[in-house]
Amino acid sequence: MVQNIIEVRNLSKSFDISSKEPGLKGTIKHFFRRQTKSLKVIKDISFEIKEGEIVGFLGANGAGKTTILKMLCGLIYPSEGSILVSGYLPFKRKENFLKNITLIMGQKQQLIWDLPPIESFYLNASIYDLNKFEAKRRIKKLSEMLEIDEELFIPVRKLSLGQRMKSELLAALIHEPNILFLDEPTLGLDINAQRNLRKFLQKYNKETNATICLTSHYMKDITSLCKRVICVHEGALSYDGKLDLLLKKLSPVKEILIVCRSEEDAIKLENSGFTVKNKIKNEITIKIENNSITSSLKTILNNFDIEDLFINEPPIDEIIGRVLIKKDYDI
Amino acid sequence: MNLRKYQKVYKKFLHTSLASELEYKTNILVDFITAILSLVGSIFLLSIFFQNNGYIGGWKFEQALIIQGIYTILNGITNTWFNPNLTEIVKHIREGTLDFVLLKPIDSQFFISLKKINPSGILEIMLGFFLLFFCIRINQINLNLSFLTQSLVTISCSICILYSLWFFISTTTIWFVKTWNAIEVLRSFLYIGRFPLNSFSFSLRIFFSVLIPIAFITTIPSEVFLGLSQLWKILLEVIVATVFLITSRKFWLFALKFYSSASS
Repeated sequence: MVQNIIEVRNLSKSFDISSKEPGLKGTIKHFFRRQTKSLKVIKDISFEIKEGEIVGFLGANGAGKTTILKMLCGLIYPSEGSILVSGYLPFKRKENFLKNITLIMGQKQQLIWDLPPIESFYLNASIYDLNKFEAKRRIKKLSEMLEIDEELFIPVRKLSLGQRMKSELLAALIHEPNILFLDEPTLGLDINAQRNLRKFLQKYNKETNATICLTSHYMKDITSLCKRVICVHEGALSYDGKLDLLLKKLSPVKEILIVCRSEEDAIKLENSGFTVKNKIKNEITIKIENNSITSSLKTILNNFDIEDLFINEPPIDEIIGRVLIKKDYDI
Repeated sequence: MNLRKYQKVYKKFLHTSLASELEYKTNILVDFITAILSLVGSIFLLSIFFQNNGYIGGWKFEQALIIQGIYTILNGITNTWFNPNLTEIVKHIREGTLDFVLLKPIDSQFFISLKKINPSGILEIMLGFFLLFFCIRINQINLNLSFLTQSLVTISCSICILYSLWFFISTTTIWFVKTWNAIEVLRSFLYIGRFPLNSFSFSLRIFFSVLIPIAFITTIPSEVFLGLSQLWKILLEVIVATVFLITSRKFWLFALKFYSSASS
């Protein structure tokens, strides 16, 4: 049986936030007497993640995804509740715990700006107490997986964003962690660089059985990497489960465009009991529920003279967009 | 603590930091020239103070040069390590890159205090030592084991006090986010350390000894050079340095509990 590697129970986090009224008067008032209020950004959430799982955290900006990731890796102290990651309390930041995890942030970098990435890799290798030969072996292996070679010897400031992100990944993975926290890793990358990064993460997960917790606003990252998603809405958990179940729940019907050989066939099909969305000459669009799609298509193909057929699914971004603004998905 | 690992990491810090600085050759050259001109300017200023009266606060010009020498060494250390590293703490906290430091299996205070090095500061340290050796000659100071031990202990303590004060102020960034001004105030106080403590009024002497221990930083080591120091003063400096170091360490660990990381 696969073990839980992350266990979160009734986790909450509050921050003291100061607010300021607009204008000069507000600024002066704010300078002398700062009004702060406690804001609960994470509200009583619980979940478990199994070893080797890739889990996507979904939520609107400010929903609390990054705060959860930062509490999981031990950067922020929780206000209430408990977190256990790989058997450790993250916020104690024990050496063995830190050797097991890594955090990659799409908008922040750890590479030394003026030097080639290889210098940062060897610096990290010494911090993780790796000897020179082991470090060299790991750099070679990871650079092959990431398909970077000459870039390792060019100053970071002269690399493209995609090359820099690959180098950031290598720097963050040199100690071969078994839990990866990725906060919007594909931010700002072009389509090819995004695809390469996803390909790499899939391969890394397959080869090392590493657990990956990922936040991203690019739905392609979530759909191609994560079987399971955790949706966060205003700091509370709104859904935790399989991605395809969520999609089915949110989009229970599919639209099918059928091109009939003749207009008569289209009229016959229109009157055969299916829910028709529209009909233009010999083209008819009908709506079929996901659970009866195979049987319905079989009936149509057997009883009508069909020239062509297209199954249209609503764009995933549109479906997920609904998750971000809705509070609860009880599946 | 695995000392061998820390040695290895420090070697890497030195290597990467020097390599980064050497990317900008002109900048290093300008820094070197600034260090030399700054020392020449300071000695010139000091000589003006002593022009009319041969003594200030009971110190001769040749004796006051010792304070200038110690100040130059400390300023060199400040420019070599404290300035590039401890001012970076503010940046780390404002931009949230402290996350990367905290998630490394290495002491975070070690990492943020020693990661960078500014080579021009090393020239300042060398100039300071050169000035001190010159002062030893002109003041006819006897170089014996007791003198060397006392001067080494007091200068080391001065470095610890200065580091702790600077680190303490930088740590407050976790709450106040911007503390550049406080660091500038500290640097200004350090300039005051170029003059003998006795040249100030009684109230200022109390202020610089008790509230901001600038007196400990330059005057006590200088007194050791002139054979004027008393054992209790050296012991007091050791105690002050130890208390400052321990307090700054505890304060850092305490402050980290309030670190909220920058938003992404």
